[in-house]
Amino acid sequence: MINGMIVDKSYAAVTGRKGEIINRAMGVDYSKYESGSIAFDYEGMMNDTGYTIEDHFRIQREYNVGNTPIFELKNLTALARKCAKPGKGARIFVKDEASNPAGSFKERRAAASVYHAKKMGYKGVIAATSGNYGAAVASQAAMQGLKCIIVQECYDSKAMGQPEIVEKARKCEALGAEVLQLSVGPELFYEVLMMLEETGYFNASLYSAFGVGGVETLGYEIAEQFMAREGKHPDVVVCANAGGGNLTGTARGLRKAGCNAQVVAASVDLKGLSMASDEQFNRKSFTTAHTGFGVPYATDPDHSDVPRSAARPLRYMDRYVTVKQGEVFYITEALATLEGMEKGPAGNTSLAAAFALAQEMDEDQIIVAQETEYTGAGKHIQPQLAFARKNGIELLFGDPSEEIPGKNIIFPAHPSLLKARESDLDRMRTSLIKRQITRAKDGVITEADIAYLMEETRATREFVLDVIEKAKA
Amino acid sequence: MAKKNDYVRIHRVVLEPEERTGKLPEDTKKVPLEMWVKGRLVNDTAEIGDEVTVTTAVGRTEHGTLIEVNPCYELNYGSFVPEILQIEESLRSTLFGGNEA
Repeated sequence: MINGMIVDKSYAAVTGRKGEIINRAMGVDYSKYESGSIAFDYEGMMNDTGYTIEDHFRIQREYNVGNTPIFELKNLTALARKCAKPGKGARIFVKDEASNPAGSFKERRAAASVYHAKKMGYKGVIAATSGNYGAAVASQAAMQGLKCIIVQECYDSKAMGQPEIVEKARKCEALGAEVLQLSVGPELFYEVLMMLEETGYFNASLYSAFGVGGVETLGYEIAEQFMAREGKHPDVVVCANAGGGNLTGTARGLRKAGCNAQVVAASVDLKGLSMASDEQFNRKSFTTAHTGFGVPYATDPDHSDVPRSAARPLRYMDRYVTVKQGEVFYITEALATLEGMEKGPAGNTSLAAAFALAQEMDEDQIIVAQETEYTGAGKHIQPQLAFARKNGIELLFGDPSEEIPGKNIIFPAHPSLLKARESDLDRMRTSLIKRQITRAKDGVITEADIAYLMEETRATREFVLDVIEKAKA
Repeated sequence: MAKKNDYVRIHRVVLEPEERTGKLPEDTKKVPLEMWVKGRLVNDTAEIGDEVTVTTAVGRTEHGTLIEVNPCYELNYGSFVPEILQIEESLRSTLFGGNEA
């Protein structure tokens, strides 16, 4: 009931009220950025939050977020050089984001959202997440004195929980949040809408401009830390890519600091597995940073819990590479045994890619994996591999290129077999353009729409026009 | 038996299979959307399997079937995976065990 009125809670009725629920739960009128056709004012939305990067730095310092250390991984670099041609093998660094209060970079995304919610008078925050973002929001809500509900997709229909997600629930509860756990399905967002409507809390969406703006400090810190330490900016920064906010925010922060490092997206290859499948839910060992999120969100950013996503990775990525589950587990073990750092596997996706990419680069160059994440029971190479085996996944040594998601996990028989496989960015650009032109008002694509699509995809005018022509034919 | 104010875990079906969204894989379509949440018991007493009401951590009221009293985490590091040891040993010998690798 809202104000004494009976509210229709059917799926159709609740999702039909999405616009007004989100509007009330965020205080952002997304309609003002719309052109009425394909284009929308992305920079306008990003700049309208009222928080500059200086504000994000101030809020994050106030609530113990960021300013995380950079470590040079000398033994991993030496190992990469053993696999590379003479003279090749860039210095590999990692930014230890696990040292944020809740154990991941996601706290940069949570800090301003919770701060803003409090400033606007909301009593609590809600976030839809099975990942580290839940712990980040719960931690910030605890610190800033708001209530917190985390809604997560956690179990299959046999009530078997993904160990990594069960651990996240534990952590969120330890930080004082209510955790609402659901079985597999995209109706998670329906449950979130109901919670927002019932509680009147703030929608701490992963995809808001507050959240993605908060990640800009990560990129900015990298640029400044390398300038202070090495007297130069890094050559390549690798970002794990799922919803795209990590890459978008980091790249924007790098650019704001005047750093022109190449930005590479990295995802775990889960090709062939359906993310909404009950039976396949527990046959994957990575619940984020994988292609099941990375590719759909890159090519269609606006299918999240906000009308317009602030995470638009195709605007910022120079390359998109994939790595295999077996390779990320392998590099996780390498980080422990060769570098003395025990971290969560999913957070090492960018490191696995960096290890391979370093081998293409000169020895005096610098490559940075821009995150780590915390580890613990459930969220660790040992329980995740034990769980995979229990679910019938074969664990093998060999060439990870032959790994089949949902069937096996192949560890590299030798470190030289760990590869970063190139994804076809033009194909993703084409997919994004094709999808967006269906939204043209009265079927008319304006000059503003073309300029917008060029920005969305970092493509030339000719490329955009060519896709439009082919789509018409 | 659970008493009022005991910390408990409940379970409820949110959407029956026929109420779910159409955009689902076939296997997911056949099963309901289920929910689990914890809170303090509102009922004076209840047994496992009873329909109960709880107050959650944020003070919301939720209802569902009582499935656990004093719910605990059973997370652990899983059974031993010998392959991990093999990775560790091969990495160390590749890097430190000479240049033959």
